[in-house]
Amino acid sequence: MRQGDKFWSVAMKIAVCVKQVPDTWAEKRLRADDSTLDREAADGVMNELDEYAVEEALKLVEAHGGEVVVVSMGPDRAGETVRKALSMGADSGIHLVDDSLHGSDALATSYALATVLAGRDFDLIIFGSESTDARMSVVPAMVAERLDLAQLTFAQKVDVTGDTVTIERLADYGFDTVTASLPAVISVVEKINEPRYPSFKGIMAAKKKPVETLSVADAGLDASKIGASAAWSGVADFAARPPKAAGVVVTDDGDGGLKIADFLTNQKFI
Amino acid sequence: MGEVLVLVDHADGVVKKVTTELLTLARVMGEPAAVWVGPGYNDAASATLAEFGAAKVYVAEDPALNDYPVAPTAELLASIVASASPVAVLVASSADGKEAAGRLAVKIDSGVITDAVDIDASMTATQSVFGGSTIVHSRVTSGTPIFTVRTNAVAPVPAPGAATRVDVSVSLTASATKARITGRTVAAKGGRPELAEAAVVVSGGRGVGSADGFDVIEKLADSLGGAVGASRAATDAGWYPHQFQVGQTGKTVSPQLYIANGISGAIQHRAGMQTSKTIVVVNKDAEAPIFELADFGVVGDLFTVVPQLTEQVESRKGA
Repeated sequence: MRQGDKFWSVAMKIAVCVKQVPDTWAEKRLRADDSTLDREAADGVMNELDEYAVEEALKLVEAHGGEVVVVSMGPDRAGETVRKALSMGADSGIHLVDDSLHGSDALATSYALATVLAGRDFDLIIFGSESTDARMSVVPAMVAERLDLAQLTFAQKVDVTGDTVTIERLADYGFDTVTASLPAVISVVEKINEPRYPSFKGIMAAKKKPVETLSVADAGLDASKIGASAAWSGVADFAARPPKAAGVVVTDDGDGGLKIADFLTNQKFI
Repeated sequence: MGEVLVLVDHADGVVKKVTTELLTLARVMGEPAAVWVGPGYNDAASATLAEFGAAKVYVAEDPALNDYPVAPTAELLASIVASASPVAVLVASSADGKEAAGRLAVKIDSGVITDAVDIDASMTATQSVFGGSTIVHSRVTSGTPIFTVRTNAVAPVPAPGAATRVDVSVSLTASATKARITGRTVAAKGGRPELAEAAVVVSGGRGVGSADGFDVIEKLADSLGGAVGASRAATDAGWYPHQFQVGQTGKTVSPQLYIANGISGAIQHRAGMQTSKTIVVVNKDAEAPIFELADFGVVGDLFTVVPQLTEQVESRKGA
């Protein structure tokens, strides 16, 4: 795009919130000592749905001009996930890292993120619609609530025109078209785009991009509202699901469908 | 007995089955009080809520409630919590339900537990996490406990209630009306039950091979009165619409019967269907991990096995 084209649209400042999660394909388990997710047991990767959020932010900035700031809360190694977003093309990063954040629930996480995001004049704050580890899908809505911003979540399409943002919100029956004035909080579903792979050039450039590392004190967070002690829900106990009793597996000899029908009849499904 | 608020899930004026499940669960904890948000409350809806034990029904009927997603529901629930001081709030684990629960939790400063599959009288919730591999018992430790509950987790059991109507006045704040719904697009669905609610789900994966291949999947689903699902491989390939994806990044289903056809059973998919009560598998590859979950499995070509099964279901139903 020529520089002159950008004159007609307002440059956007976009935050993308990303989370490092255990590799999607790895078996996940809880720690015996404090019932939190064992993050050491598997490789950490950027939450898959957050890649779509980064991609959407980059596309919006390519169309409208502006900058993309990637924001992550998590232990030291979540810095890798911030770098991944930078290597995809985000301009700078904010990494909220502090031992006292360990064990934070969704309420505490949304409080911490909202506090970091507040006052930085973002036009859009974009999330993936859920993390593949906790799978609650509530943090974007909670952040919108805390920052008193429009909530445009589960977007399969995002359009920005002037200071208006319109999305298609995925629904069981199809989708709703939802519109609001900027600034707003968005979450995206995987249908929305095809995330780019970081190029070699992007990976090299990412090493030089600025990342602001914030402690709980730096971010001005109230220590009594974060971490395991401030979690307003807690795990009482947990156990591995008992293994399923082995079922019957037969090889089709021309009567496979018939055999399933017999099984379903026995089980009273037919 | 304390009041337990149950947010009613409804479409076209009809109470969804998940609400009858939530009312059944609420009775374990206290006295169910349903909350109807949106226009169109009617006698049939009232009768359904009464049948499953709602003592009261809070009704907020302002048509404007249809124009804004999630935020007004959270605001209404917060105001009812403030006036009625319930002992718990139950919401279905839909996208809207979870988000409303999340916003409510912030508003009333209370803990929230999502995707419960059971809750006992002491308000300990059971969750099935990491694709069903781990069973967790959790409790809310501060405020009014808010739970979102998965569909099909509990069998609905009738128990009469008065369903006394309590009108709730609505005056939406600027905060609740920042995002406005300007259009609703309904995808053709051909009269099948909703995926999340269906008692029977018939799914197709990579082995289905094409969009046309889903014909045999749909025919089997229709013979059983079930919903059609698809693995991510099939939706990513564009063979079946995205909203029918079952798996870690799609819908989580827990039907009475799940039939997986041409699906290998990667974690991605298992995470969305592992807790189904009965699982039937058809796959060419005897080594496919999905067979580990099967109550009954057939190693064979789905394009011969599935049509034969459909024919059998049709003829046995007629018998």
